[in-house]
Amino acid sequence: MTKIKTLADLKRIRDEVQSKIKLREQGDKPDKLVQIKVSMATCGIASGAKETMTYLIDELEHQGIDAVVTQTGCMGYCFAEPTIELTIPGKEPVVYGHVGKEKALEIIEKHIKLGEMVDGIIPVSYKTIDE
Amino acid sequence: MADYNMHVLVCGGTGCKASESEQIKNNFKKYLSELGLADEVQVITTGCFGFCEKGPIVKILPDNTFYTQVTPKDVWEIVEEHIVKGRKVKHLLYKDPKNDHLIPDATGMDFYKKQIRIALRNCGFINPENVEEYIARDGYAALGTCLSEKTPEEVIQVVKDSGLRGRGGGGFPTGLKWELTRKAAGDQKYVVCNADEGDPGAFMDRSILEGDPHSVIEAMAICGYCVGADKGLVYIRAEYPLAIQRLKVAINQAKEYGLLGTDILGTGFHFDIELKYGAGAFVCGEETALIHSMEGLRGEPTVKPPFPAESGYLGKPTNVNNVETFANIPVIINKGAAWFSAIGTEKSKGTKVFALAGNINNVGLIEVPMGTTLREVIYDIGGGIKDGKEFKSVQTGGPSGGCLTKDFLDVPIDYDNLLKAGSMMGSGGMIVMDEGDCMVSIAKFYLEFTLEESCGKCTPCRIGNKRLHEILDKITSGKGTREDLDRLRILGNVIKDTSLCGLGQTSPNPVLSTLDNFMDEYLAHVDEHKCPAGQCKKLLHYSIDDEKCTGCTLCFRNCPVGAISGEKRSPHYIDQSLCIKCGVCLEKCKFGAVLIR
Repeated sequence: MTKIKTLADLKRIRDEVQSKIKLREQGDKPDKLVQIKVSMATCGIASGAKETMTYLIDELEHQGIDAVVTQTGCMGYCFAEPTIELTIPGKEPVVYGHVGKEKALEIIEKHIKLGEMVDGIIPVSYKTIDE
Repeated sequence: MADYNMHVLVCGGTGCKASESEQIKNNFKKYLSELGLADEVQVITTGCFGFCEKGPIVKILPDNTFYTQVTPKDVWEIVEEHIVKGRKVKHLLYKDPKNDHLIPDATGMDFYKKQIRIALRNCGFINPENVEEYIARDGYAALGTCLSEKTPEEVIQVVKDSGLRGRGGGGFPTGLKWELTRKAAGDQKYVVCNADEGDPGAFMDRSILEGDPHSVIEAMAICGYCVGADKGLVYIRAEYPLAIQRLKVAINQAKEYGLLGTDILGTGFHFDIELKYGAGAFVCGEETALIHSMEGLRGEPTVKPPFPAESGYLGKPTNVNNVETFANIPVIINKGAAWFSAIGTEKSKGTKVFALAGNINNVGLIEVPMGTTLREVIYDIGGGIKDGKEFKSVQTGGPSGGCLTKDFLDVPIDYDNLLKAGSMMGSGGMIVMDEGDCMVSIAKFYLEFTLEESCGKCTPCRIGNKRLHEILDKITSGKGTREDLDRLRILGNVIKDTSLCGLGQTSPNPVLSTLDNFMDEYLAHVDEHKCPAGQCKKLLHYSIDDEKCTGCTLCFRNCPVGAISGEKRSPHYIDQSLCIKCGVCLEKCKFGAVLIR
């Protein structure tokens, strides 16, 4: 990585990454991918988020489903850990709570493969700074 | 394969479940399959919508209709009118309390969303170990703007105008603090981030550092630019290993990208950050104690003035801010002071993050605008009290705060209101207690904590708290008197008035606030030697009901101290002088013959 030298450089990088993410989310391109974020703060990890993440990666690979599984910070739903956010290209992200292996498999089989939502969705209950 | 074109989302949060949301879901499924629509409309249970006051909630997609206070009887109408005929059921729509308008479409309408995420804006969104994801969400843009387009004075003015106050508990205006450090004379200055989060049950700062470390790094650099410091230090407790690891990764990435280090963004500004580990002492959250600990000395506070802004780390002007305070800064710069100060109350601007815990359904990390009431936090966002129990008290401000009763539920949360109510904002721990909690024991619990964490430097805190604890122990053992209650109050006030630092000055708060708000419980302990909540073991009395006891000998065989005697098939008896009130007999008895009072 070369260093960012100016504010203009920084803005250029921002726009580049933004469009990369947009592509991934909207899936206008053939490389459209399912995206899963696993909430991995200390509390999530203590509730089994690492196992869930490993399971998701292994199972998706095993089934030959192209997906990006990444870690993120605390989503705030301590009562429902482990939590994941699932984005199907072209659709609004959906957050699921209490995602152990069984739930993870149900999500893969139904939501990812068939596009059917399953029980356990956590509605977004906050405003963001852009609203 | 079913081809769903409509979704019915039924809230399955604990509050809504208590009001028959399960039945609502079943009715939907039943009616839909009767009409042959089961393959077109999918019914889903969701988690809490955070609007429990108007529950049960049913949301219909894709047209985003938001129905409130739905009963199982209403389901047929929704199916027939809305799903079949496409007409919304007006009487179940939410009415905007401001103008009585019905809200037919919840798209972009956030009327029911009580939270605003500013400090937590990136937590749960970005990968904290990837700086590019932070940059994509306008990360480091604030630093760039400050360095290339604004003078330090201008930036300080923005922070001042925003009305941001310290989120660590004290509530000191952040802009003013920066200005004081800027004006202080010194060849070397420091920016310190206080990440010594020590309240039991609080995890706001940890979550920010784990979920969005770059926001804190960026803000520290901005602060350095403003006060004239080229060195930043994060004082973080060693028991936060993941937060430390992510901070390290983030600092390295920032350096690699040229966002920390020398000549940042080609502006000639240098700034570096170093981590300093604390051993987890509560008193080190106090800024002077924190600075001493960083210097390698004992973590003991010293008298202010001199304030750290004049003479702090290694005797140099030092600006200390808390993690959450820093996390707000980039947004304030990007969005402007006016945007920020439009949120909140007159004297407390913006939002506050709370770690909501205790006997509450939706334990979680929440961020609400200042001015939100305790009731909204506990009942709407928190989903109410667990197991349908009665609310008793909410403790804010951790061991330094107070316990508030239901009379305070409608108090809008801000620095001044909580102080007036006899508690404090603190760093943001919020613990909810129900009818099963004994307030005298709670006061004792918090005092035990401060007693352990007292550094021992000043007498009122070291010895006073010890005495307070002894009196509380006496009361919870059934040996207290009314004079003890007076002693608690007098001693508590003396400790408050004469202690050196914030720890001692606030340590009697849990005791004083429970004396104010729960006097009846103290009186029950000293006058009748009873604990109304049944929590104080030594005040419990176990006995066996002659009529119900079948003489099965189960209690006799399980009693660890041999306090129970009796013949087979005849009523048993508990010897009070031997009983240690462990409760095993109560647990084992299959006939409900063990009585407790």
